[in-house]
Amino acid sequence: MFAEWPLLSLLVWTPILGGLVVLLAGDHGAALGAKRLALIFSVATFVLSIPLFTEFDSSTAAMQFVEVYPWISSFNIHYHFGVDGISMPLIILTAFITVVVVIAGWEVIKEKPSQYMAAFLIMEGLMIAVFSALDAVFFYVFWEGMLIPMFIIIGVWGGPNRVYATIKFFIYTFIGSVFMLVAMIYMYYQSGSFNILDLHNLKLNMNEQFWIFLAFLMAFAVKVPMWPVHTWLPDAHVEAPTGGSVILAAIMLKIGGYGFIRFSLPITPDASHMLDWLVILMSLTAVVYIGFVALVQNDMKKLVAYSSISHMGFVTLGLFVVFMIWENPANSHITGAVLAVEGAIIQMVSHGFISAAMFLAIGVLYDRMHSRNISDYGGVVNTMPVFTAFAVFFAMANVGLPGTSGFVGEFMVILAAFKANFWFAFLAALTLIIGAAYTLWMVKRVYFGEVANDNVAKLNDLSGRETLIMTLLAIAVLILGLWPAPLIDVMHASVNNLLHHIAVSKL
Amino acid sequence: MTLDALNISIARPEIFLLSMTCLLLVVDVFLKQSQRNASYLIAQISLIGSLVVIWMNMSGQRAEAFNGTFVVDPLADILKIFICAVVALVFVYSRDYLKDRNIFKGEFYVLGLFGVLGMMLMVSSNHMLTLYLGLELLSLSMYAMVAFNRESGTSAEAAMKYFILGAIASGMLLYGMSIVYGVTGSMNITEIAAAISTQGEMHIGLIFGLVFLIVGLSFKLGAVPFHMWVPDVYHGAPTTVTSYIASAPKIAGFAIMIRLLVEAMGSLQNEWQGMLMILAVLSLAVGNIIAIAQTNLKRMLAYSTISHVGFILLGLLAGTKAGYSSAMFYILVYSLMTLGGFGIILLLARAGFESEELKNLKGLNKRSPWFAFIMLIFMFSMAGVPPTVGFWAKLSVLSAVVEIKMLWLALIGVFFSIIGIYYYLRVIKLMYFDEPVETAQIDSSAGMQIALSFNGLIILFLGIYPGALMSLCFSVFAV
Repeated sequence: MFAEWPLLSLLVWTPILGGLVVLLAGDHGAALGAKRLALIFSVATFVLSIPLFTEFDSSTAAMQFVEVYPWISSFNIHYHFGVDGISMPLIILTAFITVVVVIAGWEVIKEKPSQYMAAFLIMEGLMIAVFSALDAVFFYVFWEGMLIPMFIIIGVWGGPNRVYATIKFFIYTFIGSVFMLVAMIYMYYQSGSFNILDLHNLKLNMNEQFWIFLAFLMAFAVKVPMWPVHTWLPDAHVEAPTGGSVILAAIMLKIGGYGFIRFSLPITPDASHMLDWLVILMSLTAVVYIGFVALVQNDMKKLVAYSSISHMGFVTLGLFVVFMIWENPANSHITGAVLAVEGAIIQMVSHGFISAAMFLAIGVLYDRMHSRNISDYGGVVNTMPVFTAFAVFFAMANVGLPGTSGFVGEFMVILAAFKANFWFAFLAALTLIIGAAYTLWMVKRVYFGEVANDNVAKLNDLSGRETLIMTLLAIAVLILGLWPAPLIDVMHASVNNLLHHIAVSKL
Repeated sequence: MTLDALNISIARPEIFLLSMTCLLLVVDVFLKQSQRNASYLIAQISLIGSLVVIWMNMSGQRAEAFNGTFVVDPLADILKIFICAVVALVFVYSRDYLKDRNIFKGEFYVLGLFGVLGMMLMVSSNHMLTLYLGLELLSLSMYAMVAFNRESGTSAEAAMKYFILGAIASGMLLYGMSIVYGVTGSMNITEIAAAISTQGEMHIGLIFGLVFLIVGLSFKLGAVPFHMWVPDVYHGAPTTVTSYIASAPKIAGFAIMIRLLVEAMGSLQNEWQGMLMILAVLSLAVGNIIAIAQTNLKRMLAYSTISHVGFILLGLLAGTKAGYSSAMFYILVYSLMTLGGFGIILLLARAGFESEELKNLKGLNKRSPWFAFIMLIFMFSMAGVPPTVGFWAKLSVLSAVVEIKMLWLALIGVFFSIIGIYYYLRVIKLMYFDEPVETAQIDSSAGMQIALSFNGLIILFLGIYPGALMSLCFSVFAV
C-alpha cells in the first residue's frame, strides 16, 4: 500500500513542517507543548520511515520510491528523490536518532526549547533529503542548508567557546563544499543534466576526473572528517550540546561517507583509482594517529570525538581499498571488494548508533556534574550502577567487541584490507588495540575505582527517560551486532551494482 | 514630424509618474506638518500607479518613441516594475525613521520620485542623451537626499563627497560618450551598434571612449577601484536614504550597462570583457576582505554591495544570454536583500538612536525571534547559502562563467565568497549567540513590520522556487 505514497517527500517535509509548527508554538503557556509536538513529529517521521524498509525490494539496484518533478527549468534541475540499498538504512538511522535526540533534550534544554526542538526537526528533514536527493543541485541545496540549523544549535546551546567552534564548523564545511558546486556546474555543461545517475555515466577524461575528484574530496573529506581536515570536529563536539554532538557524530559524518559512495566513486572511478593511495593514507593515518591522539585527551567528549574520526577512517579505507584489491591478481573477482564496501557501510550505520550512545552517556554525566573532565570523575559505578552497565556496554561496542555492531563493520573492512595489502590490514587492526586502550582507560578512570569526590557520591542513577533512550540504542547495537544479515541483504544489490560500475574505466 | 513618430503613448508610465510628482510638489506646499501623511500617501499612489501602468503597457515587444531616443522592451518593463516596487518598500520602511528625526518632509518623497523617474529614463534609454538625462536626474536627487538631514555633519560630508565624485564620474561618462559620438557619428544606441559592426577595422578612438564609459559606469555601480564613495556615503547618509541608494539605482545602473556595453558596443565584447574582469575580481576581493574589518553595519553592507557588484560584473562579462540573464537575476535579488538588510536597521532605529553599529544587533533573537529570523534569511542570502535565493543568484552567475570556459574566474568567485561568509556569519552570531545590550521594545508601525516580513519571506520563497524569476530574466534577452 505504501508503494504509491510519495514516501520520501513525506519523510523530508513532515519534520521540516513539524519544525515550523514547533517554532510557532513557541515557549509560552504550557512548557511541554513544544516538546510534545516535537516528539510527535519525530516519532511520526520514524514510523513513516519503516515502510521504506519493509517495502524495499532488495533484489534490484535501481532507485526506488522515486519522485521526479521539474523544479528549475532554466537549469534542468529536478525535484528528484529516490533511494537504493545504500541510502535507505541511513535514512532510517536518521529518523531513529532524531527521536532519541528529542527525548534526550526533554528536560535538559531550559533556554528556548521550542527553537531547539525545531532546529533538530528541520535538520532531520534536510538530512533525509541529502540521503535521498538524486539531482546534484537538489542535493547541494540540502547539503548546505543543513549547516544552518547546526550552526544555530552549537552557537546557541553550546558550551563556553561555542562561537569559535560553530564558526569554524561552518566555514570549514563551506570551504569544502563550494568547490564541489563548481565541479557540479562543470559537469552540467558536459552532460546537460544535474541528474546524479546521468553523471555516473558521463564520460570524463583523466584531467577532468582528477580535478573533479579533488573537488569532491575537499567536500567529503571535511565532512567525514578525514585527517588532516578533521580539526573542526573536536571543537564542534566539545562545544555542542549533547543532542548536537549526537546528530553530528551519528549522521552528519555519515553524509561525507555517503558522498564518496554516491559521487566520487561512480563519477570519477579512474581518478579514484589513481588517487586511492592518498585516501588510504589519510584513512590509515586517521585510524592510527588519531587513535593515539584520543588516548591523551582529558575531556571525555574530545576523546569520543577523536574516536569518531578514527572509526570513520575505516569507512573511507573500506571504500577506497577496493582498487587495491582488484590490483592484486589473486582476487580478480568482485567478492573481496563487496566485503570492503559493505563493511564500510555497516561501519557507518553501526557508528551512528554507538557514537550516539557514547555522547548521550557523556551527556547523562554532564547534566549531573557539569563537567566533562575525566579527572573530575571516578567510581561512578558505586552511585550509578545501571548507567554504568550501559556505559560499559557501549564502550565495549566502541572497542569492537564481537556481538556488538562495532565488530561487524571493522572486521569486514580489515578482512578485505588483507586482500589488498597485509600492511593495510595490520595498521587498521591496530585500532583494536588502540581503541581498546583509550576507551577502556577512560571507562576505568570514570566509572570504576573508589568514589572520587563528594559530587560523585551524590549522583542519582538514570531516570526513566534516560533508561529508555539507552535501552533503545543498546537494542539497536546488539541486533546489528548479532544479526547484521538483513542490513547486508538490503544493500547487497546496490553495492554490487556500484562495484560493477566503477570497475569499468570511463576513459 | 508627426505625432505618430513620437509614439508618445509608450511612455505612459513616465508621464504618469511625472504628473503625480508635480502634483505632490504642489500639494505638499499647502499641507500642515500634521497632514504630512498625505504626501506619503500620494508618493505611494504614484509608485503603485506607475507599476500598474507599466503592467498594463506591457506588450512583450520592442517599441521606440521620441524618434528612437526612448525604447520600451521586456527588459525595461521588468526592471521598471522592480524599481517601483523596491522604492515603494523603501518609502514604507522610511516613514517611522523620518518622523522620529523630525525630517518627515514632502521633499523626501519628491526627490525620491524624481529619482525613480530618472531611473525609468535610464532603463528605457536608446540614446546617450536620454541616458545621461536620466542618470543626472537620479544623481541630483540622490545628492540632495544624502544631505537631507541638514543638522547632521556626517550627512553633509557624505553628500559633498558623493557630489564631487559623482560629478567626476558623470564627466567621464560624458567624455566617453562624446568620443563614441565622434567615431560613430551618432548618439543613438541602435545606430552606434550598426556603425561599429559595419566598421571593418577597429578604431582606437572607440576603445578610448569605451574605457571612459566603463570608468563612469563603474563609479555609478561602485566597482573597485572606483568604489571609494560607497562606504562613506552609505555610512553618512540617513539610513532611509542609504536603503534607497543601495537598492533601486543599482538596477538602473545594470540597465545602462546593458544598453551601452551590450546593445551599443556588443561587437566590442572582447575589449570590455577584459576590463570587466579586472573590475569584477578587484571588487570581489576588496569588498569581501575589507567588510571583515567593519564595525558599522551600514559600512559592512556597503562593502558587501561592492562584492555583489563584483558578482554581477562576472555575469555580465560572460557576454552570453545566460550571462546577462544571470546578472539581471542577481541584481534583482540583490536589491531585495540589501533593502531588507537596511530595513532591519530602520526597524531597530528609534528617536535618537541609529542602531547602525554591529553591536546593536546583539541578542536580537531574545528581543524579537521573528525579526532575528528575517535578518538571518537576509544574511544567508547575501552569503549565498541555500535555501535562500542568494544561492541561486550565485549559482547562475557561476554557471554562466563556467559555460564560457572561464573556470578560474568561477573559482575566484567562490573563493571570495568563502571569505565573505565570515562577516555574514558574524552578524548571525551577534543576533543569536550574544546577550542583548539593548532592551527597548521594537515599536515600529505594523505596516513596516509586515512589509519587512514580506521582504524576508520573498527571499525565502524565491530560494525555494527560483524557476519563474530565472526564466523571466532569461526571456528578456534576445541575444
